Amino acid sequence: MKYAYYPGCSLESGSAAYDVSVRAVSAALGIELEELDDWNCCGATEYFTQHELVANSVIARNLALCRKDQQQLVAPCAACYLNLKKTDHLMAEHPEMRRRVNEALAAGGLHYDPGRVRVRHLLDLIYTDIGEAALRAKAVRSLKGLRVAPYYGCQVVRPLNGFDNPEYPMKMDEMFTWLGAEVVDYPVKAHCCGGHMTQITEDAAFELIRRLLDSAVEYEADLILCMCPMCQLNLDAYQARVSSHFNKNFQMPIIFFTQLLGVALGLDFEQVGIGKEIVAAGPIIQARLAAQTAGATA
Amino acid sequence: MVTDTHSGHRSDFFREVIADTPGGEQLVHCLQCGSCGGSCPNGADMQYTPRAIFAMINANRRAEVLSANTMWCCVSCYFCTTRCPQQIPITEIMYALKRRAIAEGYAKDTDAPALAKTFTGFVEDYGRSFEFGLASRYYFFNKPLSMFKLVPMGLSMLSRGRMHLRPNRIRQVDQLRAIINKAREIGGTP
Repeated sequence: MKYAYYPGCSLESGSAAYDVSVRAVSAALGIELEELDDWNCCGATEYFTQHELVANSVIARNLALCRKDQQQLVAPCAACYLNLKKTDHLMAEHPEMRRRVNEALAAGGLHYDPGRVRVRHLLDLIYTDIGEAALRAKAVRSLKGLRVAPYYGCQVVRPLNGFDNPEYPMKMDEMFTWLGAEVVDYPVKAHCCGGHMTQITEDAAFELIRRLLDSAVEYEADLILCMCPMCQLNLDAYQARVSSHFNKNFQMPIIFFTQLLGVALGLDFEQVGIGKEIVAAGPIIQARLAAQTAGATA
Repeated sequence: MVTDTHSGHRSDFFREVIADTPGGEQLVHCLQCGSCGGSCPNGADMQYTPRAIFAMINANRRAEVLSANTMWCCVSCYFCTTRCPQQIPITEIMYALKRRAIAEGYAKDTDAPALAKTFTGFVEDYGRSFEFGLASRYYFFNKPLSMFKLVPMGLSMLSRGRMHLRPNRIRQVDQLRAIINKAREIGGTP
């Protein structure tokens, strides 16, 4: 299976563990990813705040760069995924937008017809195109005993998602159940992490982060699985400051779902970037996997 | 009886907001139910919830709407959009209000426009965003006193190879700039 790959800027630096694990897991599952040549930043939410047409034109350049044989574009980052999908959708729905975006693209010698490229999220791709049977067959390590809290965040499941429920998504839950993990059914799995508010109004963002961490702790999760770089950054890198802000002692490891999926597929921690997170996830995964073996021999 | 859903009967500002927002025509169907504010993770921090803002837009209270903090509390989580029984693209309307507020000088009490401008400035220089540059430039010019709080986090990120000190650059940055400049020149909102 061949797909064009749009890593997005975060996966090049702050969320390198996501990129490394996406590539490693894809290789292990026979998913062929070809990085989109010379892709540019999707602008996250920051162009939409300033100029609607610039926002959509910047995003559309990436869609236009897809070759004729690149009909599916995979974006693991939530903001990139939504933006690519949103521009395609807006161009399809509004002829005037389509005309204006193409007028802008023409200044760079490009053109895009909406609907030509299908934007996919990696979770959908693994869940749907690989599927349960193949995933079970390729999983060499059971995640039995590990309590995981799948965290979907906002922009993959809302508002344009066609593969999961926008209020109560289940695809990651199901996937990790297949792999033997104990999946925590906590109520905030599609709530907001605060997004860029950590850089604007800290207090507002810290409260949202606290709600997520508190809930995961209450449901006795060993770790939280993310599918968005911003969520991972807010929950992981700001965790110590959120702890001191609320006088708590959070020690909740936050990793990307592809990292744990890689472990189940038999990859080493290093191959999937475990160790790059600030609150270490390695020890608890190691301990739970070791307890299985101890249980088996006892 | 004919129900008034035609924007012709609405205030000037109402029509302006509709014109600024793709799919904004749906706003005529607002029932004032309040699902939006009730769904919002930051609703409690808003001076006016989206429901109230829509009533104020209808009442042509332009300056009050554009100087409100409502849209600056929006983090684009899309819960309101998903839950709105009338399919109003509420998050997109919040973006439209942000754009108007910035363009007309109403956005004074928030650092969000500075963050947005710094972010997209790097995109226009390199074609990619640049986290280290963004954090240092944005905090230096907007929140210098908060910089010291970020040092431990920055060092943790740096020591794990998660912070690059130099930006990545795309090959055809000129092409991207030509597209951006053309989009600015065309201007307006669809």
